Amino acid sequence: MTARTPGDTLARRENRRGWLLVSPSLAVVALVVLLPFVLVVVFGFSDMRLVDIPYLGTEPVAWTLDNFRQAAASQAFRGALWTTVLYAGLTSAGSVAVGLALALALRRPFAGRGLVRALLLVPYVLPVVAAATIWKTALNPQYGVVNAFGRAYLGWETPVGFLSTTSAEVWGVPVPVALLVVVLFDIWRSAPLAFLFLTARLQSVPGEIEEAAALDGANRRQALRFVLLPQLRAVALLLLLLRFIWSFQSFDDVYLLTEGAGSTQVMAIQVYTELVTKADIGSAAAFGLLMSLILVVLLIGYVLLSRRTDES
Amino acid sequence: MSGVRPTRAARAGRAVVITVALLWSLGPVAYGVLLSVRPYADVTRDPLGLPSGLDLSAFTTAMRDEADGGFGLGRFVLNSLGVAAGTVALSILVCVLGAYAAARLRYRGRAVTNGVILAVYLFPGIVLAVPKFVILSRLGLTSSLVGLLIVYVAATVPVALYMMRNFFLALPRSVEEAAIMDGCSLGQLLVRVVLPIAVPGVVATAIYVFMIAWNEYFYALLFLVQHRDLWTAPLGIAQLGDFQVPVTVLLAGSIAVTVPVVIVFFLAQRYIVSGLVQGAER
Repeated sequence: MTARTPGDTLARRENRRGWLLVSPSLAVVALVVLLPFVLVVVFGFSDMRLVDIPYLGTEPVAWTLDNFRQAAASQAFRGALWTTVLYAGLTSAGSVAVGLALALALRRPFAGRGLVRALLLVPYVLPVVAAATIWKTALNPQYGVVNAFGRAYLGWETPVGFLSTTSAEVWGVPVPVALLVVVLFDIWRSAPLAFLFLTARLQSVPGEIEEAAALDGANRRQALRFVLLPQLRAVALLLLLLRFIWSFQSFDDVYLLTEGAGSTQVMAIQVYTELVTKADIGSAAAFGLLMSLILVVLLIGYVLLSRRTDES
Repeated sequence: MSGVRPTRAARAGRAVVITVALLWSLGPVAYGVLLSVRPYADVTRDPLGLPSGLDLSAFTTAMRDEADGGFGLGRFVLNSLGVAAGTVALSILVCVLGAYAAARLRYRGRAVTNGVILAVYLFPGIVLAVPKFVILSRLGLTSSLVGLLIVYVAATVPVALYMMRNFFLALPRSVEEAAIMDGCSLGQLLVRVVLPIAVPGVVATAIYVFMIAWNEYFYALLFLVQHRDLWTAPLGIAQLGDFQVPVTVLLAGSIAVTVPVVIVFFLAQRYIVSGLVQGAER
């Protein structure tokens, strides 16, 4: 409460101190986020390839809209967009649903709850490369445990290439096998985080609310449906949005498991391919910009939605 | 009260959910551990079998240098350790200052700077990968661990700021106010008063930052794929997967780089979790 002390020299000193302390953080943000952001816009609107890097800053920029035109016309880009939306949508819904189930199951104290909670976090803490190596091994057609089990006990005639099969018929319904495996993998890794946030929110719900609902004659299901879940709505919505944003740009999970095989070419892999394989900086930048445009639209939608629910 | 107490069916249902959840979370990890202690020939012959003994040769093969017939993971681990330790030191130094200002000091433009930092935290990282790669390769840093260090510091500063600000906000103000009244300078205040009581928060943030840097794969791939001597542990394991390396060795490597992170995380778990989820209670 130093601000209450009379005289504006104190306020001014606090102002100076604030800027002094926060300036290293701002410098990092400016140098490694804002500057690259300006550059990615420039690259997106110019014709630039990897071989041009040594001349960067010495030659005038050749402005062009070609990158965006090509992206809009490209079949691969549209395919990747659809794959990414499907992947991010399924992953976010799945990870929040699993997180919610876990949070509700572990809501009441029981012996060993702390340990169970900690163990459930293991997939979240595991390095993604280690996790992918384990999953790839388990799903391997030759020596993987899943195929061995399926052939020994479930009567599978041929091994299933889980990470390379685009689509397979299961009881007559076409199923995108590889994509679903990647979604499952991402849910496995990200549900613990949703579980943590939902648990934190649940713990701050006062017990009296539930008791009052019980006194009013609500049964357990009604108490859950009308008392607990509304309390979790805001956090669940935020988690859905964050997971969608993160999965929308996820590269590691998909690339490590499939390298884009089996129709799992998401947008992030497209950006990587444009940059590394095709050595086309302009086109990679344009792809990235289009991705962020979609995310910005989504964020605005979320803000409008949460404002409307706040008012009602 | 009685209406709130779970019925027997509900309790049985809960036990089932918890058992399934534990199997689902730990099953794959247990599978990886079991395979890493079996000889490779055993695994291919009988994929469903259990280890008949404890064969740790996969671990030594993974770790030993290429010259000794190994796969050089030991060196990759050292590279990872160096980059991760550097990231922690720089990121924490920057963030202790920034987070303290954000939590305690009322300076003009505070709302704007806080907003910018939050926006950065949410900004899609993949979009910035392209210009970062271009800038750093223009500076000749993409084929070095220094370039990786710069990228990791940038990637961890927003989340570290956020966590540490939460920790500072939870500390009592009164001690600092007394110190200010006594005429403490800013430097003295931070080093002698604030840091000692903030130690758990700083350590938890440091561990979280370390985990991010230790686990990172994308930028390591983008920058260092051509430089085998500079590979980090995650990049090394992923790259070796494309060679003819026995899967037991890959799994041994994966387990070896996982165990330290998991142990350290669990030691500081309570603090890290509280730093991450603060704000979710509302």
